[in-house]
Amino acid sequence: MNYAQHVLTHLRKDLRLEWRTKDSINGMLFFALLVVVVLAMAFDPASYPDMTRQISGGLLWVALLFAAMTALNQSWARETNNSVLDAHRLLEAPASALFIGKALANFFFVTAVEIVLAPIFTVFYNLQPLGQAWKLLFILPLGTWALVVNGTFFAALSLRTRNRETLLPLVLLPISMPALLAMIQATTAVLTGQFEPTLWIKVLLAYVIVFTTACVLLFETVLSAD
Amino acid sequence: MPKWAKGWLALTVLLLIYGFYRAMAAPREATMGNLYRVFFYHLPHAILSFVFPYLNLAASFLYLFWRNRNVERAAAADAFALASAEVTVLYATIGLATGMLWGRAAWGIWWAWDARMTTYLLLWLLYVCYLLVRSFSSTGQTAVIAAVLAIFAAIDIPICFMSIRWWRTQHPAAVFGGGANSGIDPSMLPAVLWNMVAWAMWGAFLVGVRYAIERRRQQDANAEALGILSREETNAVLRHRLEEA
Repeated sequence: MNYAQHVLTHLRKDLRLEWRTKDSINGMLFFALLVVVVLAMAFDPASYPDMTRQISGGLLWVALLFAAMTALNQSWARETNNSVLDAHRLLEAPASALFIGKALANFFFVTAVEIVLAPIFTVFYNLQPLGQAWKLLFILPLGTWALVVNGTFFAALSLRTRNRETLLPLVLLPISMPALLAMIQATTAVLTGQFEPTLWIKVLLAYVIVFTTACVLLFETVLSAD
Repeated sequence: MPKWAKGWLALTVLLLIYGFYRAMAAPREATMGNLYRVFFYHLPHAILSFVFPYLNLAASFLYLFWRNRNVERAAAADAFALASAEVTVLYATIGLATGMLWGRAAWGIWWAWDARMTTYLLLWLLYVCYLLVRSFSSTGQTAVIAAVLAIFAAIDIPICFMSIRWWRTQHPAAVFGGGANSGIDPSMLPAVLWNMVAWAMWGAFLVGVRYAIERRRQQDANAEALGILSREETNAVLRHRLEEA
């Protein structure tokens, strides 16, 4: 098997598991919906359309980030049952293929949540983007991948620690801060139409390239940490 | 403590005293009066807290390189990484605190989300997170996890730096925008330089002390793990060392 086939095998396994249980997607979706509702308690989205446009980009990503965190924590827990992770380490397949497969699977789950959440968000917050909305087609996948690639990596890293559920957000948030800034700014640019999102899409792209490389190179070290 | 370390400490203390004297003897600033003198402490700490993270990164790389080649050197590199990360957090905390004192005096508010402050806060957050991860992880894996995280943190700093600068130039914060000094008055220069040297030496001394303590802890842990010392014996040795110190 070549590298791509290894990745595909891992990806197919994760998708099949998710298809049978639907744990991650359902959990994430409901969680994100709850965050959207709770945030609507903080301000009145219907009466102040301008303010809503200003802050909705941030709110959307915060909701997605928190939702993704719940799924990321679980994504490696499956592998620890029956010591599957140790079996992975014995395989000839490169460790990074396992990582990329897992990250891709998580990417698809979060994207599925976005596809459902985006219309709900638009309706609940009365959003009418004033910029070019098609640019969101670049911003959303890039931002999702930026969150998911580091999230999957640090979830694997926190497997090796005592209180792993607490640790993931503590590590993921500071490291993702530039990516969060870029995706929030780009989304705000599209929603308000006040400035161009191009610069922020570039920042996001650079972040994604740099950190995907770092994750792929260092994953083997984390997997065989003991 | 070896002799040269005592000499280093004595020299550092002398320089710190001299630096304090120069800072207090520097001419009064026109608008801020004596309050501006906190600047002489803020600047060295702020600059040095961008130096120690890269020592930490170098040590982390060395650790990963030596991990499966030379266990003893790898442990030394890990101890150094821990020491430099702790000093980073210490210096960044002092830099933030003195910066806030300065901000309160110069701008009337404790905190403004301008480019430099935000980047600096993120640096502080990253290394606090590094220390947290170290304290959370189970023994035996701490060093690897920490080394990987150190690499991520060090990659993150320049990206943070650039993106936050673009952020704030795009939405200029007009009132509290620029930093306080665009070039400093020559009369302030000696005080700045002396304090810089003194605090760099003090930081190096702290890293050295912390490194030595961590090395001893590692050696004691190894000795206990190998059964050379029983728990009681280990405790006796530790007590003896405490009395010595």
